[in-house]
Amino acid sequence: MTQSFVAIQGLSAISTRDASAPVLRDVSLTLEKGEVRGLVGESGAGKSTIAKALLGILPSTVKITGGFIRFEGRDLLAMPRRELADIMGRDITLIPQDPQTALNPARRIEAQLTDGLRLRLGMGKTDAHQRALQLLDEVQIRDPKRVLNAYPHELSGGMRQRILIASAFALNPKLVVADEPTTALDVTVQKEILRLIRRMQEAHGTAVIFVTHDLGVVAKICDSVTLLYAGKVIEDGKTPDLLMAPKHAYTSALIAAGPRYDRPDAGLEPVPEAVFRQLRAEIGIAERRV
Amino acid sequence: MSDLLFEAKGIEVTYGASKGLFGRGRTGVRVLHGVDVSIRRGETVGIVGESGSGKTTLGRALLKLVPVSAGTIRFNGQDITALSPEAMRPLRRRMQMIFQDPMASLNPRHTIRRILTEPLFLHGLASVRRDAERQVRAILDRVSLPAVMLERAPHELSGGQRQRIGIARAVLMKPDFVLADEVVSGLDVSTQAQVLNLLKELSQEMGLAMAFISHDLSVIRAICDRVTVMRFGEVVEEGRCGPVFDAPKTPYTRLLLDAIPLPEIDDGWLTRPPPVLEPAA
Amino acid sequence: MGDLTKTATTMDTAFRFRSLPMKTIKPLLREPRVVIAGGFLLILLLIALFAPYIAPKDPLEQDLMLGNMPPANYPGAEPGYYLGTDDLGRDVLSRVLYGSRIALTVAFVAASLSAIIGTLLGLAAGWYGRWADRVISRLVDIWMAFPPVLLSVLLVAVMGSGLHSVIAAIVIIDWTRFCRVVRAETMAQARLDYVMAAQTIGFSRSHILWREILPNVAPVLIALVSLEMGIAVIVEAILSFVGLSLSSDIPTWGGMIAQGRQMVHHGWWVFVFPLLALFATVLAFNQLGNGLRTALDPVMRR
Repeated sequence: MTQSFVAIQGLSAISTRDASAPVLRDVSLTLEKGEVRGLVGESGAGKSTIAKALLGILPSTVKITGGFIRFEGRDLLAMPRRELADIMGRDITLIPQDPQTALNPARRIEAQLTDGLRLRLGMGKTDAHQRALQLLDEVQIRDPKRVLNAYPHELSGGMRQRILIASAFALNPKLVVADEPTTALDVTVQKEILRLIRRMQEAHGTAVIFVTHDLGVVAKICDSVTLLYAGKVIEDGKTPDLLMAPKHAYTSALIAAGPRYDRPDAGLEPVPEAVFRQLRAEIGIAERRV
Repeated sequence: MSDLLFEAKGIEVTYGASKGLFGRGRTGVRVLHGVDVSIRRGETVGIVGESGSGKTTLGRALLKLVPVSAGTIRFNGQDITALSPEAMRPLRRRMQMIFQDPMASLNPRHTIRRILTEPLFLHGLASVRRDAERQVRAILDRVSLPAVMLERAPHELSGGQRQRIGIARAVLMKPDFVLADEVVSGLDVSTQAQVLNLLKELSQEMGLAMAFISHDLSVIRAICDRVTVMRFGEVVEEGRCGPVFDAPKTPYTRLLLDAIPLPEIDDGWLTRPPPVLEPAA
Repeated sequence: MGDLTKTATTMDTAFRFRSLPMKTIKPLLREPRVVIAGGFLLILLLIALFAPYIAPKDPLEQDLMLGNMPPANYPGAEPGYYLGTDDLGRDVLSRVLYGSRIALTVAFVAASLSAIIGTLLGLAAGWYGRWADRVISRLVDIWMAFPPVLLSVLLVAVMGSGLHSVIAAIVIIDWTRFCRVVRAETMAQARLDYVMAAQTIGFSRSHILWREILPNVAPVLIALVSLEMGIAVIVEAILSFVGLSLSSDIPTWGGMIAQGRQMVHHGWWVFVFPLLALFATVLAFNQLGNGLRTALDPVMRR
């Protein structure tokens, strides 16, 4: 049986602050080379936790209690730190959520972009500078010399996110974890960034784990989707299947709950309490306390 | 009695202007350039725009929470542009606001009871504690929150509960107008639907006029009668929701609508070129 | 049906006792620094209040025959003088205990006065802004340019030595610290939405300052008061060390340290014990302040 490129199997985690509250419940998902998989869920569903586990940056308040994360056949959770440090930042990279805080406000863009190139690839200053210019060109930044010389606060949010994307793809990663990369952006900028991510992903043949709470974004950029609730996988599959023929009541309720500007007559339908009750029963958690 | 509750014409707001010593002052940054807005009784008007559009500033200007450097604002026929803070006070009861971040808009050192009852006493809507308590419990019931909430402090509540307290506080004094500033922006989709439904019901029951500020056009369509599209401190397009959404007249509105990802498969969406827009001045 | 509603109201009344003061006090007691340091200071306060009943000897009583006796358990110690005696035969233990009275008096009075003056001006500068802020900030800047040591010496020279000049010296210099911190915190709070919410409801500017903003400035303020008490104790000790405080007869820790310094080779106990008392007290105030800051602040973050 062929091994998936990335395979998460039975991943479980709890919060160290409250051992009775699991953060992840037996999560399993797979990712093939070049596939874009969405991790969707409302807040607290565990999608960020999975992303952080993939990147090896889980906070000390979360403890993994079972399962494994296989990347090209090797379990990331069991890997010694030196090997992990080798993979992270080169084979697995991150596109972070907030372009405001992800860049160091005290350093120019060039320094931040060339850090990885010089450290990981041993590039000299001039080579790194040239490569940085190429990277900015790849993400369609029109005046790369000016941008390289600028500080983050001198650039717009969309521009900063492009730089972060350039940085994420700079070392030709095999897997990119995009953690809600467009949540903090205007809707028109979001479309440009989504288009850019798709283009970069296709050009580099990278697999992407795309964390988001927006089913619309999933529909436009993800090949497959995993839907989470309270740390458990509720449904997963190819995007068209999940959106057009959802199998679980929660999935269809979630799709219906989102307002659509092209359907004014559809009322606003919150997820029915019955669906939540069903979910809680399936997962095995007690009634929600007020 | 006119149908118009709010009539604002030529509103300009400038931040950071100062006269300075020896006449050296600063001109400041103009955030709103001559905006007109009108809201009728009982009507919900959406104010939509991206960051920097001035939509938040416009809402606050209407409520006279930021100073207006030019233009007039009429509330219920009365010119309130130049009213002093003291003169505004009795009017404030009739124009309320719900904030985006309920954690920041509820005083963390007060109990919910205090947050809700103090306004009643201030405006003479209750003179004895028992009366205030009765009104407050009624409103909590209306927003589906249990009376035990009254004992709690804001940090003990969930985000959705805090947002409902914010709504309760705004409608408690039975205002004529409520400004809702990005009130569902941080919420999960299911909580968002609940809050929007609650707002719609309240506005219909109480005959409230609402200005609903949002960056999300889908949310606006779900709840508003009319919409005002803003960009860079100016009104770009304005009208009833139906015509604006189904047949937008300006390229910017078309651009905004095109950029919204709907939860359905559309293979060309990413690569299709967006509507052409003239570069901003 | 009537019975049910009655039970409901009785339950609600029972809940009423879980009021906000209790909510703020409970997390305090969970913070170890508050409990330990606070406990120590409480004991110190009791010592200061009941010193006449606790101290074994009269702190002022001299007995030259018993001068320079070492503390108990040391060869040549005099029974009853547990920490030894100084040059003039005065009991070190009693003097250390009595010294707490001066230390705490200065701490409480000086810190409170500095806090009141600094807070009032800081609130005004932070909330009313514009010219109030400009004037007060300018005043603080100029005031802080004066060298503090010089100022205290000047004050004592003018007012004569005594507790009142020590307290005055501390207040006159340290109110600026409160002013700056309170001003900054007030401005930070004023930017938050709950202040704008209060404005939309129609509360007056002064109501918002006192009833909405001040309760949120209080945590930082309370922590600062505790730290200031520690500072006041040290300043008093320094001033009495250089002889600018009270007359050397009345026991102060600083005075005892000064005296003890001269005889540290043949009578180290006169130097060491008041120093320990001073150290423990200031440490306690600091830890209390830090603990309070942690315990009171994350109300929001929890």
